Amino acid sequence: MSDKIIQKQDLPDFLKSLKKTYEVFAPIKENGFHRFKPLKGEENIDLNFTNTRLSPKSLLFPQSERMFEFNLDEKSADANIVKEAPKDYPPAVIFGIRPCDAKALRVMNVNFDNPEFRDPWWVRRMESMTFVGLGCNEPSSTCFCTSVGSGPFNEEGLDVLLFDLGERFLARTLTDKGEKLLDEAGVKKDADSAIKKKADALKEESEKKISSKVPTDKLKEKKVNDLFNAPFWDDVAFACINCGTCTFLCPTCWCFDIQDEITKKQGDRIRNWDSCMFPLFTLHASGHNPRPEKVQRVRQRFMHKLKYYGDKYNNGVACVGCGRCVKYCPVNIDIREVFKLMNDL
Amino acid sequence: MLDNPYLPLPVRIEQITVETEDKNLRTFKLVFLNKEDEEQFSYIPGQFCELSIPGQGEIPIGIASSPTESGFLMFTINKTGVVTRYIHNMKEGDIIGIRGPLGNWYPWEAMEGKNVVVIGGGFAFTTLRSSIVYMLNPENRNRFKDITVVYGARSPGLLLYREELAEWEKRDDINVHITVDSTDDPDWQYNVGFVPTITEQKITTSEDSYALVCGPPIMIKFTQPVLEKVGFTPEQIIMSLEMRMKCGIGICGRCNIGDKYVCKDGPVFSLAQLNELPKEY
Repeated sequence: MSDKIIQKQDLPDFLKSLKKTYEVFAPIKENGFHRFKPLKGEENIDLNFTNTRLSPKSLLFPQSERMFEFNLDEKSADANIVKEAPKDYPPAVIFGIRPCDAKALRVMNVNFDNPEFRDPWWVRRMESMTFVGLGCNEPSSTCFCTSVGSGPFNEEGLDVLLFDLGERFLARTLTDKGEKLLDEAGVKKDADSAIKKKADALKEESEKKISSKVPTDKLKEKKVNDLFNAPFWDDVAFACINCGTCTFLCPTCWCFDIQDEITKKQGDRIRNWDSCMFPLFTLHASGHNPRPEKVQRVRQRFMHKLKYYGDKYNNGVACVGCGRCVKYCPVNIDIREVFKLMNDL
Repeated sequence: MLDNPYLPLPVRIEQITVETEDKNLRTFKLVFLNKEDEEQFSYIPGQFCELSIPGQGEIPIGIASSPTESGFLMFTINKTGVVTRYIHNMKEGDIIGIRGPLGNWYPWEAMEGKNVVVIGGGFAFTTLRSSIVYMLNPENRNRFKDITVVYGARSPGLLLYREELAEWEKRDDINVHITVDSTDDPDWQYNVGFVPTITEQKITTSEDSYALVCGPPIMIKFTQPVLEKVGFTPEQIIMSLEMRMKCGIGICGRCNIGDKYVCKDGPVFSLAQLNELPKEY
């Protein structure tokens, strides 16, 4: 829509003016790792990161969410009546979200907001959120976004995309929301054609730096049972310790559990992130478990991401190539290898 | 305002009936607290609900009443886990919540004008009971040809809905074959034998028929070949599956078989559909 300029030296003022209208989440370095946190006062945001260890998915889909509350006091008129927990959804900005993480939210969106059911907490947060993305000048060696429908300067799911050009950012608005945000922050200066060219060159150069590729072209045509019964799953799962790190860090993993908690006569219904890596995830009350073995759970994770998701939603794969699971898996299971095994079966 | 599909509607436990002699199965008749909730709640046999007990959690349970029975919903619950144990100790008049109706239903449109064979075992007879009551309703009965039921349990005292079974047995617009695995009751007037054996004796044709089959895995395993022998195709064999569920609306991610969520794309599947999916249930 339009290309504006934000001088880096003006960034603190820019964020300050955003804070007048929005709650601002930005990457802050803590104990050696970057993490998206709300800007309260004078924190130093630090844009010198590749991918944050935790994706910002928790800002839309908190690790723990209070859904409902209820009162168990039989003397009260509303005893045992479940009510929605009151919440505010103020306008908010995620500043500095990486394009892969923004795309991941679009991957999740078809699950949480579909023609039959709309998850109210997800929908309200998505509506209240503006996404200011930061393109990746220096992708990591584990990044493979360009193979899975994203890229270091991919625009999907973003309202504004920032190109870091050294002394200044080129801020490209992509939606009305993004236009409105820059307007409210008083960003007026248009980028000239020389700067736009620089941004385009940066994008091209950065895409070239992503040397890690995975094949996906044949996944759709494969028969689900051929993949399910493939001979390689024992080998893939062999080293897995079912720790759940991959699902915890994955920006597209959305599975959750619902639990009730009571304190005296007051109760809450809470949803918590869950993981298909854990045997309890599918354990029936009868004791029967459709996925009692580790290999079945590992297969479920990859089949869901690379096959079931695409078959169900016709929306690509449920992987954005961020490389977190590759980087943090304690036993070095590499999803890129599984892409090859499945695609080339 | 956005509808919240996770929000349970309040209902009162109107009546509790102990169904089986081991007392592990009780039927709960539930009545909506709010008239407008009752009016908006419209379901089809085969669907289920999440019963929601504040402080304990939620359980997915098939609807055992039929939409032709108005004013209440009925659920028959096996005492198994945390929530079912708790509800078994609740009293008439207690308030719980309900979410639904959820999931799909038996293929009523396809079954129109056909013979319907209902095969059930043990406590997996709840949505089948709903279906039978629905078909026997005077407004619906002529939409179907012959209705045949084979229903068995381990012993007479473990059969659900015994009074209704005895009534159906006497009617001439439905063929009911009740069976038990064994009994030492000298007055037992029905069949003795496993469900697959009785099915083999009583179901001799698949012509123009659909079979609705619900029961423990072992029963299904031995009933399937019996049905296939008389010519039932995988498209004519309909089953209802169970799975651990939470949200009930295809979002929380735990009840999948391949790319299907049992809670939303099921619980009813034809054998033909199941044959295309991974064997992981």
